[in-house]
Amino acid sequence: MLIWITLKSALKSLIANKLRSILAMLGIIIGVGAVIAMLAIGNGAQKQVLGQITAMGTNLLVVRPGQRGTGGVISGTQQNLTVEDAQSLRDIEGIEAVSPVVGGSAQVKYLATNTRSNVQGVAPTYFKIRSFELDRGRFFSESEAENMGRVAVIGPVTEQTLFAGGDGVGETVKLEGINFLVIGVLKSKGDQGFFNPDDQVLIPYTTAMKNVFGLTFLREIDIQGTDDKALAKIETAVSEILRKRHRQKPDDQDDFQIRNQAEIMEAASTAIMTFTILLGSVAGISLLVGGIGIMNIMLVTVTERTREIGVRKAIGAKNRDILRQFLIESIIMTGLGGSIGALGGVGAAMLVRTLTSFPAMVTMSSVFLALGFSAAVGVFFGFYPAYRAAQLDPIEALRYE
Amino acid sequence: MMINAKNLVKRYVLGGQTVHALDHVDVQIAEREMVAIRGPSGSGKTTLMNILGCLDRTDEGSYELAGEDVSRMTSDQLAVIRNRRIGFVFQTFNLLPRMSALENVELPLLYAANSGAHKQAKAALELVGLGDRTHHEPNQLSGGQRQRVAIARAIVTDPSILLADEPTGALDTKTGEEILTLFKELNAQGRTIIVVTHDPKVAAHCQREFYLQDGRIAQDDAVFQSAKGSK
Repeated sequence: MLIWITLKSALKSLIANKLRSILAMLGIIIGVGAVIAMLAIGNGAQKQVLGQITAMGTNLLVVRPGQRGTGGVISGTQQNLTVEDAQSLRDIEGIEAVSPVVGGSAQVKYLATNTRSNVQGVAPTYFKIRSFELDRGRFFSESEAENMGRVAVIGPVTEQTLFAGGDGVGETVKLEGINFLVIGVLKSKGDQGFFNPDDQVLIPYTTAMKNVFGLTFLREIDIQGTDDKALAKIETAVSEILRKRHRQKPDDQDDFQIRNQAEIMEAASTAIMTFTILLGSVAGISLLVGGIGIMNIMLVTVTERTREIGVRKAIGAKNRDILRQFLIESIIMTGLGGSIGALGGVGAAMLVRTLTSFPAMVTMSSVFLALGFSAAVGVFFGFYPAYRAAQLDPIEALRYE
Repeated sequence: MMINAKNLVKRYVLGGQTVHALDHVDVQIAEREMVAIRGPSGSGKTTLMNILGCLDRTDEGSYELAGEDVSRMTSDQLAVIRNRRIGFVFQTFNLLPRMSALENVELPLLYAANSGAHKQAKAALELVGLGDRTHHEPNQLSGGQRQRVAIARAIVTDPSILLADEPTGALDTKTGEEILTLFKELNAQGRTIIVVTHDPKVAAHCQREFYLQDGRIAQDDAVFQSAKGSK
């Protein structure tokens, strides 16, 4: 029998039982929609988190002092990283830039406006390592850093707080009572939740250590590698040099820790992938339940139309003609349901995107995956009812009341 | 010989007992004959019709339809035989709902993947006098009209035999007479027709009658009927 006519008659019988067909399709609609929406949310989370990690800098290694303590009792951090440590790392192969970092919270004052902000003492290389860009003004120079220049680069949020919309460049602010000239304002990076890079004041590390905080040890050393593949090698070299400089014995534990951005990224990626798979499988289960709904309805349909099947067989339908007819009906239901569900899923993802700032992202592959899966569900769950219909004995079927 | 069935046997096991629905029955029907198979309920006439209509297979014996041995065919082969060689007319019409008269009549042709379905179906409907009802659905037609559509569906593939199971059973007397007249016209045009019925008045329209009782042919008054027919 011509496929087009089978299709037409299948559509007709679905339309004849509108409510029932729609209810049976609903499971598939929800299932496919949920799969697509969940995968979109997973993808969005991936993109957002990786974006935040990348915003911290590119090809980044961060060396921090080790934690003091024995047997799991942690009692504060050691103070053992020095400016000399940072300088000693400059010549490692594959290193692009190194910056010592000191800092803490400090009072920032402009005329009568007063705020507490995160003040960091850094080298000029820090801006590049951490991927900062300027909105206005300039970064401070190498010589300003070495000569304890009293200059500051401030974040856009800090500028807003202090100058209330006015231009901060060229103005003088007071940090813990010391005058600093604002020479530059950073471009916004966006809040990262645990830390807002837009609300900070960056000054030369020399000035910060000597004049503002009175520190001799560093909070961290930031290192940028030439590319992400070099990071592991650099990590080993940094560890070797620092152990030697800190005169550690071969079986001592490191008195510092190195965080590798590539590893952080990988760990975050894996975590989000797990979370996406979890969401996706829960949605997938609802698709499966939808498939069972289709099977249920198809079994009812076959029973209801037993007599019709008998008539069709009496006038010459072969078993495979009957099989095809009912299989096409269930595939239409799942196909149609799947398409509506796909639209719904894409719509839901877009709604999340508009209503919240969460960047839910629908990928083509997730749409194809969901549609393919729903078609497979249609064939799988449609097959048994269709097979039962095809195997009916024509005499019994014709006698069925 | 259009139908040449010998030694047909059909056994059922009911509650541990074997019942012979058909007990060594021979049936010979010539081309262009109009034959009645009559008998009380339980006589085996439905079983005989199912076997002659290739819906069922005989347990023993042989059955040749238009020179072809169909007694050992697979169910798919039988489906083809039913499609090409046999036209069924049922007591309750058995038209498919939600399909127009034309679509119902086209259906056997579509299973045969026949490309000229439309034209042939229309011609068949005209032949049974429903050329103006092609786009009506079964529930818009009267009982008699429905049976005419069913007859059009049965003859559309130009089958060797037309098999009617109580074709007037669901109709009033007058409409029933009209349907039987239509059968006689079709017979006069050269079609072989078998009518299964319990009603002697219906059987009387035929040229010949098999009377079945307890799975055997109790009476085959072929001689009498054909003598009457030749008068």
